Amino acid sequence: MKALLDVADLFAGYSAENVLRGVSFSVEQCGITAILGANGAGKTTLLRAVSGMLRRRGSISFDGQPIERIATEDIARLGVAHVPDGRGTFLDLTTEENLRIGAYTRKDRRAVAQDLERMFSYFPRLKERRRQQAGTLSGGEQQMLAVSRALMLRPRLLLLDEPSFGLAPLVVEDIFRIMRGINTDEGVSVLLVEQNAALALELADRAYVLETGQVVISGSAAEVGSNESVRRAYLGF
Amino acid sequence: MEAFLHQVFSGLATGGIYASLALALVMIYQSTNHINFAQGEMAMFSTYLAWSMINAGMAYWWAFMLTVACSFVVGVVIERTIIRPVENAPILSVVTVFIALLVIFNSVAGWIYSYTIKTFPSPFPEQPLFGNRYISSHELGSIGITLAVLIVLYLFFRFTPLGLAMRAAAQNATSSRLSGIRVGWMLALGWGLAAAVGAVAGMLIAPIVYLDPNMMSGVLLYAFAAALVGGIDSPLGAVLGGFLVGVLENLIGAYVVGTELKLTVALVLIIGVLLFKPTGLFGRVFITRV
Repeated sequence: MKALLDVADLFAGYSAENVLRGVSFSVEQCGITAILGANGAGKTTLLRAVSGMLRRRGSISFDGQPIERIATEDIARLGVAHVPDGRGTFLDLTTEENLRIGAYTRKDRRAVAQDLERMFSYFPRLKERRRQQAGTLSGGEQQMLAVSRALMLRPRLLLLDEPSFGLAPLVVEDIFRIMRGINTDEGVSVLLVEQNAALALELADRAYVLETGQVVISGSAAEVGSNESVRRAYLGF
Repeated sequence: MEAFLHQVFSGLATGGIYASLALALVMIYQSTNHINFAQGEMAMFSTYLAWSMINAGMAYWWAFMLTVACSFVVGVVIERTIIRPVENAPILSVVTVFIALLVIFNSVAGWIYSYTIKTFPSPFPEQPLFGNRYISSHELGSIGITLAVLIVLYLFFRFTPLGLAMRAAAQNATSSRLSGIRVGWMLALGWGLAAAVGAVAGMLIAPIVYLDPNMMSGVLLYAFAAALVGGIDSPLGAVLGGFLVGVLENLIGAYVVGTELKLTVALVLIIGVLLFKPTGLFGRVFITRV
């Protein structure tokens, strides 16, 4: 089976210098791929490059279609939802408006209304905060909102940038449980960037370890998880 | 007392016009953090357009609506062709472009229509409505139209998906793109709306200040004052600021400094707000963590 997202020999960065230097990886149809790595390894840059948010060179294909020259908004319209670093909340809009923005490109109004209710059932806290300005939500609630906003797009591929960052363990567990459900029930593929390697490897089927802009270890999540140096550097045992 | 009330009402009428123009300024400021110095001259040019149409024999309201539509298109085209290339340029370059636009509109209007002052018709009867003694028909009509424009804009931004997308794009361009919103077009639409609102303001103020290429310079100053008093990033503030400035201008002009120094009121307000309350009445304080 052909991969949903296939990235080969990707170079990307912010100025003249490349942060990513020849990265290749893939996300299978209905698969979950985790990218592990320390701070500054280029994990966030990698997601941004896929979403077309910065200068990039190399080949990126989504469902067989090359997207390395396509603008961010058009990549989103193909069905790639990105939960960005820092959550990207629209602080002055209400919780519900944030969710509606996520569904902006969809025309099926009734299904959007159903999805809104579905998000509220995943995260009842968001329902309570429905009419509240999103800027007043707590960090955990904003993360729930960011994930829900991305899901409102009805994506085929979900890019998640450090979903566990700064959150209480219970909230993290919630979010990962819902990710797993969306992956198995709806076949949404996930590309997950995470510092919490144990958590990421538990969810993922494939994993890559990024070090200073290059893939140093790759394989199935089980293989990577049992790799001696990964265990020492990222799992702490 | 009668004179006082008259001053207040006519202040509300011109204040509504300041409010519209201030709102046009705020709409562009919110999405780009730039003040469009050419907003007034664009409105002036639109008013000339309306004048040409009316002079060619078109009925007032048709000319009014066609002018609003044309101004919208011109606003969109200006953003796409002139503003977009300097989107990420240093602030001084952008300001230069705005000033250039201002001068270009002013001179082109003078070149086509000459600098002689023209009268501009009011669509409202000359006799005050309902036989009242406080407010002329044009003033009452202006307030009515201004309020209608403000309500339509409010409903558009609050309740339509496109309005929501425009607000989102103004707030967080990156996140908007990730949701598939074409941010560039949202900015262009914002320019179009601002130009259309400005055109309405121009056509409403022209019967009072008369039509000439420099007619909006004073009005734009009041609109600046209004936007600043309300808080430059708050649409509601700009509207309330507009009405407040209109009334203040009239009262201070009539009872304190005299009509010759009326424009000074705007300048004093601008400096006063910047010195003592830079965020205005409804603006927000931005605290940046470093």
